[in-house]
Amino acid sequence: MTIKEIQNAIVDEFSMFDDWMQRYEYIIELGKTLPIIDEQYKTEENIINGCQSKVWLHADKVDDKIIFTADSDAILTKGIIAILIRAFSNQTAKEILNADTEFVNEIGLKEHLSPTRANGLVSMIKKIKMYALAFEAKK
Amino acid sequence: MFDIQKIRADFPILSTKVKLKPLVYFDNGATSQKPKVVIEAISKYYQEINANIHRGVHTLSQLATDAYEASRIKIQQHLNAQFSHEIIFTSGTTHGINTVANGFAFILKEDDEVLVSAMEHHSNIVPWQMLCERTGAKLKVIPMNENGELILSEYKKLLSEKTKIVAVNHISNALGTINPIKEMIEMAHQVGAAFLVDGAQAVPHLKPNVQDLDCDFYVFSGHKMCGPTGTGILYGKEKWLNKLHPYQGGGEMIETVTFEKTTYAGLPHKFEAGTPNIAGGIVLGTAVDYLNEIGFEAISHHEHELLVYATEKLLEIDGLKIYGTAKEKASVISFNIEGIHPYDIGTIIDNLGIAVRTGHHCAQPVMDFYKIPGTIRASFAFYNTKQEVDELVDSVKKAKLMLS
Repeated sequence: MTIKEIQNAIVDEFSMFDDWMQRYEYIIELGKTLPIIDEQYKTEENIINGCQSKVWLHADKVDDKIIFTADSDAILTKGIIAILIRAFSNQTAKEILNADTEFVNEIGLKEHLSPTRANGLVSMIKKIKMYALAFEAKK
Repeated sequence: MFDIQKIRADFPILSTKVKLKPLVYFDNGATSQKPKVVIEAISKYYQEINANIHRGVHTLSQLATDAYEASRIKIQQHLNAQFSHEIIFTSGTTHGINTVANGFAFILKEDDEVLVSAMEHHSNIVPWQMLCERTGAKLKVIPMNENGELILSEYKKLLSEKTKIVAVNHISNALGTINPIKEMIEMAHQVGAAFLVDGAQAVPHLKPNVQDLDCDFYVFSGHKMCGPTGTGILYGKEKWLNKLHPYQGGGEMIETVTFEKTTYAGLPHKFEAGTPNIAGGIVLGTAVDYLNEIGFEAISHHEHELLVYATEKLLEIDGLKIYGTAKEKASVISFNIEGIHPYDIGTIIDNLGIAVRTGHHCAQPVMDFYKIPGTIRASFAFYNTKQEVDELVDSVKKAKLMLS
């Protein structure tokens, strides 16, 4: 699936819920599916700045696809990063760089996070794009 | 008589809804809500007497100056300070501490010592660190025990002739501990050190008597005690304020200015450079009046009841741990639930209409002491109720169920 198709699927899933408590429950469930980062990559460089809880994000290149793994000490944060990884992992650097991130607004994620957490979300997206940019530059 | 429904009706924001739920506001440690008298006094100032103070001869300027100076006297009486010129208007606690720390830059020498405690807010740590960097003085830390109480025997050992100033909070923002500052001030004075009290968390709950405490400086913010944001007070003993260099230069704080030399104005103007927050300063007096009308005895009685009730109810939740269990405690409860990040709880209960603070509360050393990333902090004011505490407890239970 393309990034756009995955994003649309996520937006569809979130539209099924009536209220935000249900959406949070779903985010918590998604957190459990997060591809967990290898302990050795839980380094200072892999910490995403601007998040209130600790978040580590690592990227590997397998063939021409980028595979993301991550972890966090907060459950909701794990769910949020899981949503992003589902949208962006296993895609090429070029596709990641070209992808828009409007789906985050369509889910309504941003306005239901505290401002600091919303900043964290922006930082996560930035970090994902930075990895893609780094791999693209190495080509 | 303490009529909680009448008091709640004084605060328009308490009847608003958040996320479609009636607001339960338990973030009073961060800032208090404002009663109608305060909100209306701000607008009245701008509608009726707005003018710059201490300058014009015209009527409005005189009215504004009188109101501003009347507020200063009101605050002097509230604190039981000896003179009204010992009351300096500031923009808040941080401004007050920085003013004193900056003044001490001209007093401290290399190897002098500054003492702070292990439970200070960052704003009562960083200005002193900056002072030590400038002067070569050393920063020493008064340790605390597991309950969040300062260890006075260790404090005694740290005090020496090298100690020039001790800066400790009256009440800890992260733990709620009420520190035995009167005793600590006396101990500091025995070695000739000055003592600054960070009263930011204390003034909403009690009425400090600066002459009885015998503190050299007492600083606080207006916005935590029903006053406007951007207001605060630095109380300093006359002898200290005379000795300290002014923090900022500008208009208002001078006596004469030539390009060769400027002489400073007397107290309190020496520390009030530039046009101050006039409306804020006047209305801080209104807030002090409002609190005194309710009475601090009634306020602390009600808040203590909330604290005892909430502590008991919260501890019924399995795995909940309270940080800060000092014998003398204000109405602040910092807690975590085993295995759950405080942000997760905070986000879920925000959606249930409960406003609490989550995080390190600008007191990272306290979090490091307990080896935790942060806590959930519920801080109660006199306008909160037991029903609201019940809602907090229910929400935390719901959040726990979702998150574990």
